[in-house]
Amino acid sequence: MMTYFPEEVVEHIFGFLTAHCDRNAASLVCRAWYHVERMSRRRVFVGNCYAVRPERVAARFPAVRGSPTSPISTSSPPTGRPRRALDRGLRLLPAAAAAGGRGGRAGGGCGGGAPLEELRMKRMVVSDECLETLARSFPNFRALVLISCEGFSTHGLAAVATHCRHLREIDLQENEIEDRGPQWLSCFPESCTSLVSLNFACLKGEINVAALERLVSRCPNLRSLRLNRAVSVEALSRILMKAPQLVDLGTGSFWVDHRSEAFHRLISAIERCKSLRSLSGFWDASPLCLPAIYPICSNLTGLNLSYAPAIQGSDLIKLIRHCWKLQRLWVLDCIGDKGLAIVASTCKELQELRVFPSDIYGAGSATVTEEGLVAVSFGCPKLHSLLYFCHQMTNAALITVANNCPNFTRFRLCILEPKKPDPLTNQPLDEGFGAIVRSSKGLRRLSLSGLLTDQVFMYIGMYAKKLEMLSIAFAGDSDKGMLYVLNGCKNLRKLEIRDCPFGDGALLENVAKYETMRSLWMSSCDVTLGGCRALAAKMPMLNVEVINERDESEESEESPSDFHKVEKMYVYRTIAGPRDDAPDFVWIL
Amino acid sequence: MTKNMEKEAALRFGDGENFAATELRLGLPGTRERETATKVLPTGSKEGGTKRTATEIESNDFDREAKTQVVGWPPIRSYRRNTFRSMKRDEEKAGTYVKVSMDGAPILRKIDLEAYKGYKELREALEDMFKCFPSGESVRVDAREYAVTYEDKDGDLMLVGDVPWEMFITSCKRLRILRGLAPST
Repeated sequence: MMTYFPEEVVEHIFGFLTAHCDRNAASLVCRAWYHVERMSRRRVFVGNCYAVRPERVAARFPAVRGSPTSPISTSSPPTGRPRRALDRGLRLLPAAAAAGGRGGRAGGGCGGGAPLEELRMKRMVVSDECLETLARSFPNFRALVLISCEGFSTHGLAAVATHCRHLREIDLQENEIEDRGPQWLSCFPESCTSLVSLNFACLKGEINVAALERLVSRCPNLRSLRLNRAVSVEALSRILMKAPQLVDLGTGSFWVDHRSEAFHRLISAIERCKSLRSLSGFWDASPLCLPAIYPICSNLTGLNLSYAPAIQGSDLIKLIRHCWKLQRLWVLDCIGDKGLAIVASTCKELQELRVFPSDIYGAGSATVTEEGLVAVSFGCPKLHSLLYFCHQMTNAALITVANNCPNFTRFRLCILEPKKPDPLTNQPLDEGFGAIVRSSKGLRRLSLSGLLTDQVFMYIGMYAKKLEMLSIAFAGDSDKGMLYVLNGCKNLRKLEIRDCPFGDGALLENVAKYETMRSLWMSSCDVTLGGCRALAAKMPMLNVEVINERDESEESEESPSDFHKVEKMYVYRTIAGPRDDAPDFVWIL
Repeated sequence: MTKNMEKEAALRFGDGENFAATELRLGLPGTRERETATKVLPTGSKEGGTKRTATEIESNDFDREAKTQVVGWPPIRSYRRNTFRSMKRDEEKAGTYVKVSMDGAPILRKIDLEAYKGYKELREALEDMFKCFPSGESVRVDAREYAVTYEDKDGDLMLVGDVPWEMFITSCKRLRILRGLAPST
């Protein structure tokens, strides 16, 4: 039937397909649909930046420009990111620019060249030069989202601010950015009034506060603003007075003497922000400053206190009691089990909880255990996303949690001590995690920890049918463990394994599986060089990379024996062939 | 470090006795805490792990501190890890601010003990600070007129100068300059 519709109609229908997987599926139906789909696709998601060459992406999708919900996205592998890599992702840009020009000439009824508008990158090495190239090549560029990236400085930001006159979004999340001065904020031209979202919370240095205030004043559509630690409370108050329409705020330092005038000004400023729904920051907040936000707490749906170690115990509890509409809460483990019990009784709408460790190097006094998690599971029936760093966990607790919350999509549990058993029974935690995967049929992401045998993998292979990403550490007894997962989890995309007794047998048993996955990462396991070579030989569509970061003087012979165990191995499907930006310590087999 | 400590131990309030000769060198609280605080893991990204640490973990007499130093564990982002490490360092620095009160002076001061290299500099700084507050007679912080004492972690009032400087910094919670008490020799 669809072949009777003109292309424009089909294209219009495809316009309603927003998810990448849906568009991918549509393009596989027939040639006509493939053609219509590729000419009209505006946004591209490249999960693994090495899986495909940028030119190929640009050639297939000449109209790609990125979009608000799903810009051109790409990320690099979890830790295989070589330290001296070129910024691979940004090579998409010249290609996209070229494609833009070609698109115009090729016609195809799809409009002219599509200049790049949005870019989202994760775990990439990005340089100032490339940010500058981006900015100069695409003056209509709208949105830059960089997550856990590094290699650039405030000079790169200055370039983007200077040349991209219609910038809507700069979102810098947890990047390592070299501070080369505060002048980048002054680079936004007076004509720039289009900012909707500005997040520079991870910047370490000082900023030009006056320039920031002027920028905020002239951007009436600003909805999200996350300040860095250098922004004082006085500056925050002034900014809030100019932008009471904010929906999301990162507070900056938030240190103030609660007996001072500045504190009162802060309270007045915050009270005016009736639209605020989400807060973060609080870098230096002392508990006595917190009452300043009580007036708007009841509107909050999101609260991130995970960088505020000074707020602990009873002060944290007092604050949370005001936040009964919370859907998303990120805290440090100094909230304690008692604090989590309060979360359970107060935050009935809670959907996502993340509890981060506050004291990684020593035995912190306040921590969380299985009790806190159990309390939350009783009190928060809508909970579906969890990241929980704790000191201990029991099977009984996990089974209770599984019964109370059958809707987990993401369940990441990190017991800080590797291989720690259930302290009550001294048993492995197989049954506990088994209960989780059995009950949460929609589970997409799972991270395991504690003492675990092959049994838990049997459960995962049997029940976790929707699982897409699995992270394993210090677990399992034999190859069987890994094979349960590879054979059972039909939707598996990413598998990360460290310090597990899985070897060549597990690696080579189901090699076809890796072509259905995005990637496999194994470190400190029992896989040998010979096993990796065999895999590479059997599967030409996979890149098999062995990463060996040891001192080169140990490796005096040219080729270590096949029995040599590899430190780190990364396997991924690709149509791009072996990558050319790998540094010396990465061997591509 | 050792040299400095010996030097500072010698320069104490109203007492020139060289402490170093009698002191036990078994890792004083001052030095020990510094060391554990600065013992850091290499900054790996989320999943690190080069050595075969699994077998090490199984060993029973593996001490707790070393256990938590498995490379790349716990799996948190390097940005968070680095931020917390520097916050902890800042906190340790800020943690050495103590109040200083002087008999007869209505307003207290605060000083950062870490800003001083030893007792001599501390004494000079205190003299500087409190000469603005005359309390009738001699205002100089003089060993003959005043005793400089401190409150330690247990809340006890101690004479400043008895212990090595590094140990003093970590145990001093508050300084008090008391009038009319002469230190015993």
